[in-house]
Parts: sequence; C-alpha cells; structure tokens
Amino acid sequence: MSAQEIFDVRVQTADFDVAHEYQGIIADAGNPGAVVMFSGLVRDVAPGSGADGQASAAAGQSLTLEHYPGMTEKALRAIVEQARARWPLQAVRVVHRVGKLLPHDQIVLVLTASAHREAAFAAAEFIMDYLKTSAPFWKKQRFGEQSEWVASRQSDYQRAARWENTPADE
Amino acid sequence: MLNLQYFASVREQLGRESEQLDLPADVITVADLAAWLAERGAPWALLTDAQQVLVAVDQEVVDRERTLTGQEEVAFFPPMTGG
Repeated sequence: MSAQEIFDVRVQTADFDVAHEYQGIIADAGNPGAVVMFSGLVRDVAPGSGADGQASAAAGQSLTLEHYPGMTEKALRAIVEQARARWPLQAVRVVHRVGKLLPHDQIVLVLTASAHREAAFAAAEFIMDYLKTSAPFWKKQRFGEQSEWVASRQSDYQRAARWENTPADE
Repeated sequence: MLNLQYFASVREQLGRESEQLDLPADVITVADLAAWLAERGAPWALLTDAQQVLVAVDQEVVDRERTLTGQEEVAFFPPMTGG
C-alpha cells in the first residue's frame, strides 16, 4: 500500500460509514495503539427542532457546501503533512462532504492512528482546526425560501493560531 | 492568459464563476489585479477588500503583494467555512 493511501483525503457528495473508515484506518496503520475519530454533523438550528428532524424538514432547512476542486485536496494534504511533521502518526483519513446536506447529516470525518493516544488526540484536533480556516469549503444555510452564506468565526482562527505557538511534539 | 475563478458569495455577487483575461502591463500584483477589476464598477469593487475576500494563486492562498506573470490561476473567495 502506498503512503498516499495511508494518509488519505477525500472530498465527496456521498455519505460515509464511520465503522468502515475505522476498520480501514486500523488496516492502514498496521499496528496502532490508538485511533481517534472526529465527526462533524449538520446541526438542526430550526426553532423547536427535535432529533427526528421534522420541524427542520417542515422549515425547509438545509446546508449546501461548495468547494474549490483541486485546491481543496491540496490544502487537506498540506494540513495532514503538517500534522505528520508534528506527531508520529501511522495513518490519517480525512473525508469531507460537499453538496446539499440536511440536519443530522454527517459533514466531515477525521481519523488519526498512532502508537499512543497523545499524538492521535492532538493530531485530530490540529487537523480540524486548520481544516476550518484553510481548506476552501463554504457553507450556505437555507431556510425555505431564504438562504445565506455562513460567516467565518474569529474563534476558529484563534483555535488554529494557538498551534503556531505550540512546539512540535518531535 | 490569466484564469480567474470566483467562489461562494463572491461568485454570487459578481454573477460570474470564471473568466480568462490578458493582464495589462501595469498590473503587477494581486492588489493591482483587484484594483483593475474594480474599475468595472459595482459589485467588482468588493474584490479590493482584503478582509472580506481571500486570494489564491495557483491554488495557494497568497497576500496581495504577490506578483503575477499573467499565466496563473487566480481565485477570489470569502473566508472559508468548512468542517
């Protein structure tokens, strides 16, 4: 198996299966002692929404993700490379969905595998913090007839910036 | 030829997703390019706002002092909101 597949980034419209990806990264890593998984979901922000999604469905709530094909994959690979330079990682998977998503849908998955938990925890958080601010994805929120682009958050930039002051682990 | 790309809210405000242009000789930097495009009038002036609009040259985010040869892919887009 090539290094490309072990440090794997994918952008896709299709949903992903976390159990399948978890088994996959264990196979990629060979002999990991720790696997950390982060999954991001579309929050239901319609008033009175329950977990069944009925209120949001009635409100016509959806999220559409646009990206910059080509640059997105490059940016994600660059983030994974930075994480590899900081921590002893055996395998990484990043899957990010694009297109139209509904409340409770999965958006993003990050899996990190290492011999020990410290590297796997830290690398997963690092990858998500940089993905938020440097991978070219944009979210548009829709409520029925109304739609608006989601504004970037200063707190996301602060989270990414704090890694710049943290020396690399190795 | 310069290959220009516009994404997300920038694309919507400009009503355009891409175009190809020959750069005038006096357009040297990304800032010059934004100022030159802004001469088209509203809504193009938004490209000069470095806080609201990011620029990538050949798919890497750059600052506005970056110089151009006229053969690049240049993209304008708002701050990213993935994840």
